[in-house]
Amino acid sequence: MKKSKSGKKLLASLLSFGIAASLLGGCSSGSSGSKEDSSKSEAESSSEAQGESLTVKGGEGATDLSMWVFVEIHGQFYAEMVKEWNAKNPDKQINLTVTTYPYDDMHNKLTLALQSGEGAPDLCDIEVGKFPNFLKGTPQLADLTEYIKPYKDSIVPSRLALYSKDGKNYGVPTHVGATVMFYNTEILDKAGVDYTKIKTWDDYLKAGKKVVEKTDAYMGTIDTGGLNNYLAVLAELGSDYTTEDGKPNVDTPEMVKAISLFKSFKDAGISEIIAGGHSDTEEGFGEIVAGKFASVIEPLWYMSRFTNYMPELSGKIAIAPLPVFEEGQKRSVGLGGTGTVVTKTSKNLKLAAEWLTWAKLSEDGNIQIWKILGFDPVNTAMWTNKEVTHDPENKYVKYFKNNPFDVLNEIRDEISLIKSNEAVPSLANYLCTTTFNSIFEDGADIEKALKDAQEQVELELG
Amino acid sequence: MTKFFKKFIYNQKVAPYIFIFPFVLIFCIFFIYPMIYTVVMSFQKILPGENEFIGFSNYSKLFRDSVFFKAVANSFVYMVLTLVLLIPFPMLFACMINSRTMAAKEFFKSVFFLPALTSVVVAGTIFRLAFSESDSSLMNQFIQMLGFTPIKWLKMRETGFAVLLLLACWRWTGVNMLYFLSGLKNIPEELYESADIDGANSWAKFTKITVPMLKPTIIYVMTISVYAGLAMFTESYMLWGGNNSPQNIGITIVGYLYRQGIEKNNMGYASAVGIVLLVLAMVLNLTQLKINGLFKKED
Repeated sequence: MKKSKSGKKLLASLLSFGIAASLLGGCSSGSSGSKEDSSKSEAESSSEAQGESLTVKGGEGATDLSMWVFVEIHGQFYAEMVKEWNAKNPDKQINLTVTTYPYDDMHNKLTLALQSGEGAPDLCDIEVGKFPNFLKGTPQLADLTEYIKPYKDSIVPSRLALYSKDGKNYGVPTHVGATVMFYNTEILDKAGVDYTKIKTWDDYLKAGKKVVEKTDAYMGTIDTGGLNNYLAVLAELGSDYTTEDGKPNVDTPEMVKAISLFKSFKDAGISEIIAGGHSDTEEGFGEIVAGKFASVIEPLWYMSRFTNYMPELSGKIAIAPLPVFEEGQKRSVGLGGTGTVVTKTSKNLKLAAEWLTWAKLSEDGNIQIWKILGFDPVNTAMWTNKEVTHDPENKYVKYFKNNPFDVLNEIRDEISLIKSNEAVPSLANYLCTTTFNSIFEDGADIEKALKDAQEQVELELG
Repeated sequence: MTKFFKKFIYNQKVAPYIFIFPFVLIFCIFFIYPMIYTVVMSFQKILPGENEFIGFSNYSKLFRDSVFFKAVANSFVYMVLTLVLLIPFPMLFACMINSRTMAAKEFFKSVFFLPALTSVVVAGTIFRLAFSESDSSLMNQFIQMLGFTPIKWLKMRETGFAVLLLLACWRWTGVNMLYFLSGLKNIPEELYESADIDGANSWAKFTKITVPMLKPTIIYVMTISVYAGLAMFTESYMLWGGNNSPQNIGITIVGYLYRQGIEKNNMGYASAVGIVLLVLAMVLNLTQLKINGLFKKED
């Protein structure tokens, strides 16, 4: 009897504690605790709307510059470049504060800040798919053409075009983003597959069947929330998903063929939808680490995802050109990208532009882009600099089975371009929320789904 | 001068206007002006540095936009279902808690009310994780224990909407219950006593006394629920971890406004969406208030 009474008391105190705890939890929302959850579940969780800052101080009389980025490690790169700049330019010292926001939040904040003319940072990273939004009307971005000029001859020209309007350059590219196939050789070895022998999609399918038969893994991923797989194949077919004059162009035989390829892989049981909708999410990393997929199609910038989020796979991942339908087709395409801009409202426009173009386009900068970010830099002079590209101490060289630059130099004349224009934000949004989901989750007819997408986006833009 | 000022300040006709002036000022700056400007913008193509009048083309585009209709349908269904779930049940719970035979009243009151104190952001995130599609998510573990296969909760329209409604009920039942509780406190005991003398049973007392006497509260709760249902955004945004739910199963009118205006930098089109929302909410609420007789002169 007595026991049950004290039990009741305990229960009561537990309950009241619980109530108090949930009350407190309600108040201090988002500040702590939530981060661990989000890192486990979703990359661009909006629970941390605060943003995290990193400041690099310059010497006396330094100018304050602020910058927003949406990938934390980009901030580390810029911090390093400010340190180098300050060491070289004692008369132009910079204090840089880089703030990392989640992807959607950062672009939305920038839109509002530029629209209202207040609150924008001096410098900002803008993802290529969002860039056309910022070129609408009279761009509220600084014209960087003059500042880019000294570097122009040594960089891949198509990457500049992505961030330009009416012949003026508004954004500085970060990388080429050559798309390749990342193979998990541990799984392939178990299945007795030699990835260097995979030249066509037929070879890939055959290899996939072996993988599924002999291991627990799937050969490849199906993305419902990402475009990279489909755009890579579309580029092989020499097509694009928008027209020259910025109209959607998805109800084409090429697009149908590209999507049908992945549909046939899914039907054959060698590919499966990846958690999170595409391979560049925390959920996706989790499945790749767990060995669910033997190959992933991603641009070379995905290397940093391997080293940062999937250290367990070190020494097991090989890089290879994409398979093609028939030999002779171009085996790569530049995908993704980040254009860094200087805003028109910046009080130190000149210094910001000078530093930015130096940091991202000079050979010094490009060496750091490779070292820190693991990107394929736009300055091609650097690609053949063996000392840098084959540095045995480099973490990317260490991580992968073969050297990324060997692959890059092999395909350097086969890297095609998928355009980014005003149709892209709406089109990508519709494809990634509706079209791919209806095709791969609900089994909708590919041609019809693409026709719907075409009509909806035409209407929205019209 | 001071005389004039004194006369002015002590003037009984002027004083009321002075007192309400701060409110009117704030109302005009933050409500009337943006509203008028939204109407203007809905006839414009808004680009940074270049605004251009384009007549009704935002609207004509809107009425051919399938995603917009999906958003309207979603908001509408959500609004109706929240009315169905969030008026009768909280009323019932309020009656139960108000009843003399009920034990631990305060405990239930606080338990029902607690969710309303958590932020939607936290609640939405937790619901998203609990209903995540992976095999190890809370709800999937639960249904696997019952022998079902894991479900991609947030990828299908029906289950996605069910989760959204669950979140709404979890959060708002307590709040609506408190409205009804305060309404119940205003019903005089004598009415029930005389009903007892006449031999009325509990059901008769509930339908003949409680519900009619609660009518003002019901109207109030209904009015705010109609608006809140149509304007819902944060719940959907947090549940799908962003504004882009698969096949737009979670898009709402405000979500679409946000997507067009902020994510796609298309303010003119977004303004047209906002005006349609305003018209919808006004028409619904005015009709509802008219039917319920709120505009009749009090006797």
